[in-house]
Amino acid sequence: MAEEKVGVYICHCGHNIAGTVDVEAVAEWAKDLPNVEVSTDYKFMCSSLGQELVEEDIREKGLTRVVVAACSPHMHEPTFRKACERAGLNPYLFEMANIREHASWVHADDPDAATEKTKAIVAGAVSRVVHHEPLDTLVVPVNEKTMVVGGGIAGINTALEIANAGYPVVLVEREPSIGGHMAQFDKTFPTLDCSACILTPKMFDVGNHPNIELMTYSEVENVEGYVGNFTVTIRQKARKINIEDCTGCGDCWERCPKKVVDTDYEAGLGYRTAVYRPFPQAVPKYPVIDVETCIYYDTGKCRACEKFCPTGAINFEQEDEVVMTKVGNIVLATGYDLFDCRRIPQYGFGRLANVFSSLEFERMTNASGPTGGKIVLRDGVTEPESVAIIHCVGSRDKNYNEYCSGICCMAALKFAHLIHEKTNAEVYNCYIDMRSAFKDYEEFYNRLMEEGTHFIRGRVAEVTDAARMPGEEGKLIVQVEDTLIGKQRRVPVDMVILMAAMEPRWDSVEVSHQFGIGCSAAGFFTEKHPKLDPIATMSDGVFIAGVAQGPKDIPLTVGQGAAAAARVLTLITTGEVEMEPVRATIDEARCSGCRICNNLCPYGAIDFLEEEAVSRVNPALCKGCGTCVAACPSQIITGAHFSYEQIMAEIEGVLWDMGNGQLVPDAQPVTESA
Amino acid sequence: MSDLQEFQPVIVGFLCNWCSYRAADLAGTSRMGYPATLRDIRIMCTGRLDPAFVLKALRGGADGVLIMGCHPGQCHYEEGNYKALRRVALLKRTLAQLGVEPERVQLGWASAAEGVVFAEKVAEMTEQIRALGPLRWGGNLADKANGNGTLAGVAAMDEEVVS
Amino acid sequence: MPDDNGKYTYYPGCAAKGSSAAYEMSMLAVGEVLGMNFEEIDDWNCCGATEYFSINAIPAYSLVARNLALAEQMESDQLVASCSACFLNLNKTNKYMGKHPDLDQKVNRALAAGGLSYDGGLTVRHLLDVVVSDVDQELIAQKVTQPLSGLRVAPYYGCMVVRPDETFDNQEYPMTLDHLMATLGATVVDFPLKAHCCGGHMTQISEDVAFELIRRLLHNAAEYEADVIVTLCPMCQLNLDAYQNNVNRRFGTDYNLPVLYFTQLMGLAFGLDAKELGIGTEIVSANKALAKIGQVEEAPRKKPARRDKKALPMPGEM
Repeated sequence: MAEEKVGVYICHCGHNIAGTVDVEAVAEWAKDLPNVEVSTDYKFMCSSLGQELVEEDIREKGLTRVVVAACSPHMHEPTFRKACERAGLNPYLFEMANIREHASWVHADDPDAATEKTKAIVAGAVSRVVHHEPLDTLVVPVNEKTMVVGGGIAGINTALEIANAGYPVVLVEREPSIGGHMAQFDKTFPTLDCSACILTPKMFDVGNHPNIELMTYSEVENVEGYVGNFTVTIRQKARKINIEDCTGCGDCWERCPKKVVDTDYEAGLGYRTAVYRPFPQAVPKYPVIDVETCIYYDTGKCRACEKFCPTGAINFEQEDEVVMTKVGNIVLATGYDLFDCRRIPQYGFGRLANVFSSLEFERMTNASGPTGGKIVLRDGVTEPESVAIIHCVGSRDKNYNEYCSGICCMAALKFAHLIHEKTNAEVYNCYIDMRSAFKDYEEFYNRLMEEGTHFIRGRVAEVTDAARMPGEEGKLIVQVEDTLIGKQRRVPVDMVILMAAMEPRWDSVEVSHQFGIGCSAAGFFTEKHPKLDPIATMSDGVFIAGVAQGPKDIPLTVGQGAAAAARVLTLITTGEVEMEPVRATIDEARCSGCRICNNLCPYGAIDFLEEEAVSRVNPALCKGCGTCVAACPSQIITGAHFSYEQIMAEIEGVLWDMGNGQLVPDAQPVTESA
Repeated sequence: MSDLQEFQPVIVGFLCNWCSYRAADLAGTSRMGYPATLRDIRIMCTGRLDPAFVLKALRGGADGVLIMGCHPGQCHYEEGNYKALRRVALLKRTLAQLGVEPERVQLGWASAAEGVVFAEKVAEMTEQIRALGPLRWGGNLADKANGNGTLAGVAAMDEEVVS
Repeated sequence: MPDDNGKYTYYPGCAAKGSSAAYEMSMLAVGEVLGMNFEEIDDWNCCGATEYFSINAIPAYSLVARNLALAEQMESDQLVASCSACFLNLNKTNKYMGKHPDLDQKVNRALAAGGLSYDGGLTVRHLLDVVVSDVDQELIAQKVTQPLSGLRVAPYYGCMVVRPDETFDNQEYPMTLDHLMATLGATVVDFPLKAHCCGGHMTQISEDVAFELIRRLLHNAAEYEADVIVTLCPMCQLNLDAYQNNVNRRFGTDYNLPVLYFTQLMGLAFGLDAKELGIGTEIVSANKALAKIGQVEEAPRKKPARRDKKALPMPGEM
């Protein structure tokens, strides 16, 4: 190997590193490491001056390798790789030593130990980088079609933005209609716009857009491939209706004799028939037959819908259709599920008739809901004279979900307002803190106070019907500590509304695995960076938007939907994406054809060539995990950028001060890396 | 060699790029403190872990090796961590036959969100290795003559070289 | 889990030998039917009830730990207490000694003075837990020869059996006793105050507080037209039963609700003789209520108008 000239740069990162690690001493010490040509420390390596320092030294001192000891490679490896590239050095001849996240920030109580560890990490990087090879990124084309999973307001927005830019989108929605939870709401805070009025035009646009292929009542079954080149399998469940013939006239569901409780759209507060259209503004407008409850599938009788359908569109034998398609990018906007209030038995949901969940109440106040917009008790008739709204049900609670759901305070205020508007009831909001953070929210809160809402700051202990004092008979009693007056209160009311938490979808973990992304402990999808990149994920080409990423209100959701579209459009318009050259290559000349590697690859990227009796890695499918590299008994699989020599050198480097006894010289690999 | 009470173990860590390395980063951004005994090396996946790396580290002077990856079932590359599981199990048995205590090589799991798990694991393993004492397998023979951390394997090597 | 012989080490507690003798009688009778063996600890001592812990912690724990030490020497590792306060004290001591080594040390030092020690080998259970978790509910259903049909039962858990440890039932709204009573064929009354405090020893300390708490429970049970309140703690039984007349006098009410132990009702359903179960020893007589068994049809309850077309479905309704 020719003599390499390594440049070593120890970053102060202001006080972040220099406050604990003796960076000057390390820079001085590094001068004596083998192959080091230049070693210096600098305040902020990632700044333009810092980067220029590296570039200058490459040009003027003829550096052939560069080590920057600073923050995590996940932070700035791309930054310095680009700097090297600008100076004419292959970007993969660069190595980052993590002495901030892994040293100065965690060993602040022992600066000496932190400095010693820094030296070890730097020595490791210097030892390793000498064995680096110049590598070229693999450039792959990006399929301009995008798949958006989830047809709520987030997914709808993403789809429209991309489609309007002129690119094809396939929007996959699990329910028979798009719209998501927003379609269930009555009014939206703080403007009190009618939710359906602002949503349905967008739904209509999606349904009619030439660039959007709408697949409703469908689910993604499999995802394969990589950024720019995914192959997805989608199961389009059978509606049992031939949509080419269906006109959406409604005769079928008007004639259907089987009535069941609608637990989806009506949140369990209303009924639907076995053949049904989810709601009047559904997109697409076609109905669907619920096989679980339809009389025909149970007993073979009825078939009323078939008899009355004027176009003969009913097809009981219709089968699911499995479709495969290729897309370049995927956006997951799968939304949330509402916390099941039955998990908190002391609030009486499901046991005491007049305790309602927030979604149930949305359906109630909605003019097209089961009560025609009238606020009534469970008997469907009586108007309440007093209502208690309980905040934080299932949120901010160690027993259920620790996080705050962000929108319930505002929704609770909205409910209070609607109750004032439609009834003469007294309204009690039992809250812990009032979270009214964004534009016009605080003003809305003030308005509610002026409307005469009673605000009780305290956690509700229980909702009970056990009357104890006069005036409590026949009422629901809310037992709550009023912390502002320091007293326990029993508030007798007619109706209780529980502001339930937003929870991740019941299958979010499964879905995250399917798409190769991560889930947080709570179950929401994990973003690439919580502050700077809430849209991307660890898997290139897969993006997330909306409440699937974490609880948020509609404006933020819409914003994220558009952001995801923008990210996707960047990839589509550049037309190609660079893939990291970290992958395996088999030296076929030396392969003995033992095939141990073949079955180890989780992506099936290793083929066995029968004629030549050797194995070969398919570079497009290889994701660079290195499992085959470790397994090859002849050590003839090269793991680019994580090769045997590089890692062995790094191990030697980190143990520079342990007096590596060379009692038995290292066995040299049979092949030299070229 | 200094008094065993002040013995600071040297542990070489192999962290996978997607989970445990990010967990270590998270421990850093959260300013969690843990002993400065771990010298970590990044690999893309624990499936990359060649048993030779562990042997190299131990021979190179490490008192222990910590390998951390994604939780089983959550490997970024689907199954790499299962292969690591198998390899490490076999490796530990082999090392035990050479006189290296199985606790010196440990396999752990930490997802990218589990900075605490990572920090606690390093702290826990540091104490375990401290209790076991230095290994210094490939170290200076003069050190060994002081009777520190001798094991059957090292004793055998001693004999070999002396004879 | 119990051993194959259904053997349990039994800690009776002071009440079992005195005011709640009926509880022990019925427990043993029912145990025989279900194949459960209760072996009483030899030379057990008082658990200290509710007050001692607030006065002097270490002696209080040591007092309880003596029973644990004696129990550890017996065959079964499942220590069962029928009284909720005894259960709480035994369970608490057992858990805390395991969690806090310095407490363990101090208590064991005290025990050593009596030639005893406790190593933490026991699991402490309440009698209800054992009956609903260890015994096959199918077996119980089989043994029911005289179902309690027509008898409206309000299951009263008291506050201590599910708190602070949520082990075998939900803390806020437990249901296991409800299910057990339903298995016996009784009509279980939805009794919302089922886990509310009976006043405990406040009957000695502050009658006002205690009587009000007792009144609330009686009022609620009466409101739901219960024929009998069934309980699992001697203190609860005593308060609701022995003080019922006092409460009536104080508040001018006329509650006449018998309060029985759940094991007594189990025994009746199994066809055992009422005298054997200690029925008749209660102050508010249970005769009238028990006469209803099999005689009276289920009294219609005020149901909310559900079949009404206008009515909205309840959560979970199909």
